[in-house]
Amino acid sequence: MTIRFDKLGVVIAAIVAYAALAAPFATFRANRIVPGQARSILEALPPALGMVLVAVVIAAAIVALLRTPLILRLAVSVVALVALSVLIGTAGGFLTPAGNTFARVAPASGFWLLIFAFTLLLADVLTRLNLSPWSRVGVLVLAALAIAVLLVSGSWDSLSILKEYASRADSFWAEASKHVSLALGSLAGAVIVGIPLGILCHRVEKLQAGVLNVLNIIQTIPSIALFGLLIAPLGWVAVHVPGAAAIGIRGIGTAPAFVALFLYSLLPVVANTVVGLAGVPRAANDAARGVGMTDRQRLFDVEFPLAFPVILTGIRIVLVQNIGLATIAALIGGGGFGVFVFQGVGQTAMDLVLLGALPTVALAFAAAIILDAVIEMTATKRRIVETA
Amino acid sequence: MKARLPALLRLAVLALLVVFITSPSWFEPLLKPLTENGAPAIYNQGSLLSLTLQHLRTVLVATVAATIVAVALAILVTRPAGAEFLPLSRSLVNIGQTFPPVAVLALAVPAVGFGEKPTLIALFLYGLLPIFENALTALTTLPGNVMEAARGAGMTGWQRLMKVELPLSAPVILGGIRLSVVISLATATIGSTVAAKTLGEVIIAGLISNNLAFVLQGGLIVAALAVLIYDGLSAIERYAARRMGQGVE
Repeated sequence: MTIRFDKLGVVIAAIVAYAALAAPFATFRANRIVPGQARSILEALPPALGMVLVAVVIAAAIVALLRTPLILRLAVSVVALVALSVLIGTAGGFLTPAGNTFARVAPASGFWLLIFAFTLLLADVLTRLNLSPWSRVGVLVLAALAIAVLLVSGSWDSLSILKEYASRADSFWAEASKHVSLALGSLAGAVIVGIPLGILCHRVEKLQAGVLNVLNIIQTIPSIALFGLLIAPLGWVAVHVPGAAAIGIRGIGTAPAFVALFLYSLLPVVANTVVGLAGVPRAANDAARGVGMTDRQRLFDVEFPLAFPVILTGIRIVLVQNIGLATIAALIGGGGFGVFVFQGVGQTAMDLVLLGALPTVALAFAAAIILDAVIEMTATKRRIVETA
Repeated sequence: MKARLPALLRLAVLALLVVFITSPSWFEPLLKPLTENGAPAIYNQGSLLSLTLQHLRTVLVATVAATIVAVALAILVTRPAGAEFLPLSRSLVNIGQTFPPVAVLALAVPAVGFGEKPTLIALFLYGLLPIFENALTALTTLPGNVMEAARGAGMTGWQRLMKVELPLSAPVILGGIRLSVVISLATATIGSTVAAKTLGEVIIAGLISNNLAFVLQGGLIVAALAVLIYDGLSAIERYAARRMGQGVE
C-alpha cells in the first residue's frame, strides 16, 4: 500500500509543526503594556492537558497530511479548533497567578497559526463539500453559537481581550450599536437614493457618464480626508438651518461619518443598478412591451427582478466596505469599534486594538457570507424563472 | 472611473499638483480662509514634497511585492500541479476581502511595531486580492483554441506560460494592479495613524488641530495622485490590449 499525501495537507502540517513546536502558544505580561514572555503549549497548560492538546494537534495534522475522506477531515478540523479555543482559556487561568488582577495572558503567534492552519483545513473541506447557501449560513450560525457559548460560559474570561472588555463593557455595546447603525444606516440611505439614481442613469444615457465619474472621483478621496472635509459644511448646517441641530446634525461626530459612508456607498449601488439593468435580455423587454406593459410595469415586473442579483452584489460590496470604514469614524468622534482600535494604538495596548478589530472583522465576515448566500439564492431563482 | 478626462484637463491637474507640492506657499492665500485664529494654512511640520514621495514609495513597494506574489500564486494554482489549491484559493480571496484595512493595519502593529512596516503589510495584503483575482480570471479564461495551437506547435509548459498565457493575460492583470494601486493610495493615509510617513500625516494633523486647510490639501493631493495614476495605468492597459489584438473595450 502506498501512502498518498494531500498537497494542501503538506502546507497545513508544516504550519502546525512550526506553530506547535517552535512558536509560543501564549504570552504572559505582568501588566497590560509591558512586553510579554513567551510560553509554549506545555508551559502554558497543566501537564496532562498540554500533552492532550499536543496529541490532538499532531493527530489532526497527520489526518490533513494524508489523503483522507472529507468527513474525517471535517471532524478533525472541528475537534482541533474546539480544543484550541477551550484550552487557550484554560491557559489564561493557569498562567495568571491567583488573585493577581494586573497580569495579562494573551494568545500568541503559535495559537493564531494553529487556528489559521485548521481554519484553512476546514475552509478547504467546506469548499469541496460545495454547500448550499442555506447550509453555509447554518455553518456560520453554528460557529457564532460556539463562540457565544465560550464567551458566556466565562471560559475566556482570564484572557487579556476579555479583561479589556470587562473594564469597558457598557461602552463596548454602545460603540457596537453605533458601528452597526452607521454601517446599516448609510447603506439604507445609499439604497434609497442610489437605486432610483441608477434607474435614471439607465434610462437617460447622457447622465450616466457624468454621474458615474463624479461618484468615482469621490471614491479616490481618502476616507480620513472625506470625513474631515464634511466637518465644516455640516457644522455650518447645524448652526444655520433651523432644526438641524435638534435632529443630531453636528460638525463632528456621527453626522459627517454617516454622510461620508453614504457618499462612498453610492458608487457600487448606482453602478451595479446600471449594469444589472443593462444586462436584462432584450427579448424579455420586447416580450413585456409586446404584451402591452407600461414603462412602469416593465420596470417593476420585468427589469428590476431580473437585475436584482446584480444590484444585491453592489449592496454586498457596500455593506462589507461600510463595516470596515465605520472604524475610521472614531477619528472624528463618530464612535464605533474604531474607538477601541485607535485608543489601543494610542496607548500601545494591543489587547484593546483587538477588542475593536476582532468584532469588526467578524461582522464584515458574517455580512459577506450571509449576503453571498442571499445572492446565490436569488440568482438560482432567476435561472429557474428563465428556464421555466 | 472610466473617466476619459480630456488630455488637457489631465495635464492641468498634473501641473497644478506638481506646483502645489513643490511650492505650496504660493497657494497660501487660497487656503487661508479655511483656517481659524491665524493657524498656518500650509502644512508646516514637514515638506509636502517629501511626504508625497514617501507616500508614493510606500504604495510602490507594497504594490510591486503584491503583484509578484499574487501573479506567482495565480500561476501556481492554474498549473496541473497546483490545481488542488484552486477552489480553496478562490474562497480565501473572498474571505480576505472582508478584512477591513484598518483592522489589518491595527493587527499588524503588535507583530512588527509602529511606523512604515505595518502600513506596508496592510497595503501588501490588501493589494494582493484584486491582482490575484484578476490574474486568476485571466489565466482561467484564455481562449481554448489559442492554447491548443500553442500545444500543437510543440511549446513546452514554460514557453506557453511566458509566450502565450502571460502576454494574453497582461491587460486583465494590469486592471487588477490599477485597482490595487488606487485602493492603496487611499489606504496609505490611514497608515499615519500608526506613525507611517505618508500624506495621511497632513490630514490627521488637520483633524487634531481642527485645521480644515490641512485636511483639504492632504485629501486633494491623494485624490489627484489617484486620478492621474488611474488614468496612466488605464492608458498602459489599453496599449497592452491593443498589442494583444484585443481591441479597446
